[in-house]
Amino acid sequence: MAPLELKSSQFRRERQATWQQLERLVDRIDRSGAAGLSPRDLSRLPILYRSTLSSLSVAQAVSLDRNLLDYLEALSVRAYLCVYSSRANPLEVISRFFGQRLPAEVRAIRWFLLASFALLGLGAVSGLLLTQSDPDYFYAFVSDGLAQGRSPAASTATLREALYPEETATEALWAFASFLFTHNAAVGLLAFGLGIAFGVPTVLLLFTNGLMIGAFSALYIDRGMGVEFFAWLLIHGVTELLAIALFGAAGLLLAKTVVFPGRHSRLANLAIEGRRAAIVVCGGVALLFCAALLEGLGRQLILDTDWRFAIALGSAVAWLAYFGLVGRSPAGGGDD
Amino acid sequence: MTDVAAIARAAADKARSRRIETPEGVVVGVRLGSRSERAGAFIIDLVIVFCAQILIWLLLVLTLLGDGSEELAFAAVLLLSFFIRTGYFTYFEMAWRGTTPGKRLVGLRVINRRGGPLRPDAVIARNLVREVEVFLPLSLTVSAGATGDDGWTALLALAWVGVLSLMPLFNRDLLRLGDIVAGTWVIALPKPSLAEDVAEAPAQKPDAGEGIRFTGQQLQIYGIFELQVLEDFLRQSRPDDDPSWASIADRIRVKIGYQLPAGRPPDARAFLEAFYKAQRHRLEADLAFGKRKASKHDR
Repeated sequence: MAPLELKSSQFRRERQATWQQLERLVDRIDRSGAAGLSPRDLSRLPILYRSTLSSLSVAQAVSLDRNLLDYLEALSVRAYLCVYSSRANPLEVISRFFGQRLPAEVRAIRWFLLASFALLGLGAVSGLLLTQSDPDYFYAFVSDGLAQGRSPAASTATLREALYPEETATEALWAFASFLFTHNAAVGLLAFGLGIAFGVPTVLLLFTNGLMIGAFSALYIDRGMGVEFFAWLLIHGVTELLAIALFGAAGLLLAKTVVFPGRHSRLANLAIEGRRAAIVVCGGVALLFCAALLEGLGRQLILDTDWRFAIALGSAVAWLAYFGLVGRSPAGGGDD
Repeated sequence: MTDVAAIARAAADKARSRRIETPEGVVVGVRLGSRSERAGAFIIDLVIVFCAQILIWLLLVLTLLGDGSEELAFAAVLLLSFFIRTGYFTYFEMAWRGTTPGKRLVGLRVINRRGGPLRPDAVIARNLVREVEVFLPLSLTVSAGATGDDGWTALLALAWVGVLSLMPLFNRDLLRLGDIVAGTWVIALPKPSLAEDVAEAPAQKPDAGEGIRFTGQQLQIYGIFELQVLEDFLRQSRPDDDPSWASIADRIRVKIGYQLPAGRPPDARAFLEAFYKAQRHRLEADLAFGKRKASKHDR
């Protein structure tokens, strides 16, 4: 026996078997997940974790062996992340998401949703009135790429053709639908992410989208095809405008947390609200997916104005029911 | 092995270490993943995603192009790339508890900034924002560059990617936009192994250390920092005739005023091992009574 026996060395000798057991367990979980553990190992994990954690606090008070301290600290963090992790089963997450979280969060931000609809509406009315007063405004609100020949200069026949496409190969329609989806999702995500810039880009995006709708409406109303135009727009527009409004609402929520952080710091508040906004955005992406199907396929295949209105109305009722009623629980959609 | 390097490393560690409190009330330190580690992990993930996309693209081309449905193939590619891109990070960070293949290779993990488990909604949030941060402007740049009609768009998109991707360089916690929105941060998870206790290691020449004694005065000079630098030094394996043994031993001897016993050959290694043990014993005894001498400058 050496004459000088360090207390910390003694302490380590007594406890290190526990640490090594925990290390082996954590290694296995890191490699293949907690699912592969036997029930016995799984029940030992929290016990080993807590005793290692207490070893760490003792070691911090009695030992100066850096390797030991580093080892215990790293092991404790790794075990902590194993013990306190939400075991997320992706399928379960998805069903909980659509069955509960999404409608609850959309209800929770209904005022932001209303605001973003108001901005869209404001844009649409402005676009309509301005274009009616001077058709040249059309060119300012709608880019050439989007207009695709539909402009005040176009003949009424061309405009009508755009509403009732000739028969097209189904493959082309699929391509069109998926292009629409990726394009709209990109714009929507922009409206959300840039909410962090005090919401200015979000407001602008919503307003300019409204302007475009207004400009097109003015064009078609002017040629006496208002009803047909709205049937053409709303068959998918109900879903798509709702999605855009959701993106806008999420962006406005971010903007609100940046501008008026409330009790928490801006950073803490963004972390809290950002996650709620992300849920809404996910819902928006899902809605866009439906909208693209309706737009790419439904609109091109269903040419009857009455049917178009029927589908528009049906989708409006469906979304209202979904976001209004699904996932209401006595506990409410509370977040921590 | 220089003091300067050790001090610089200690300072860097301190700037990047954060303390989190477990629900049991124990405070543990974690180190934030560095910028280069995160860039490396992201590039690895990006390569995997691109490879997957190209693979699917090839498969579709081979299966669908034969019967003349290019449009359908194009549609599928467009959709699938979007879902692979956003789905990859989200899926792995959920299923692999905050890591992706790239992060795992580099040794990084996403955790909740406020403690507690990493929730699925946080994972969704940080990866949706990734789409806004990187992929959208990237594809804008590429498409604008391809059509060549809008140089300004490409330039703006490029500037935007630059600003957003450089954001981690300018905040203390190395948060990117997605981390801010999701309330997460990215830590490095090293796996140090439990090495042998230096104070317990069998001496190379058991009798060489005999009779080396230090007075209380001599053990009052150095603090914890120096002790741990010495620990690092002793842990590195080097041959007995390495000159650094003698040079370190001499510096310590002069500093603490230790007289070599007459008639004994100076064995630098035995001296250092004995000194480490004695110094640690002394500092740990002080520590147990709440006195913590951080370094030799700490009085």
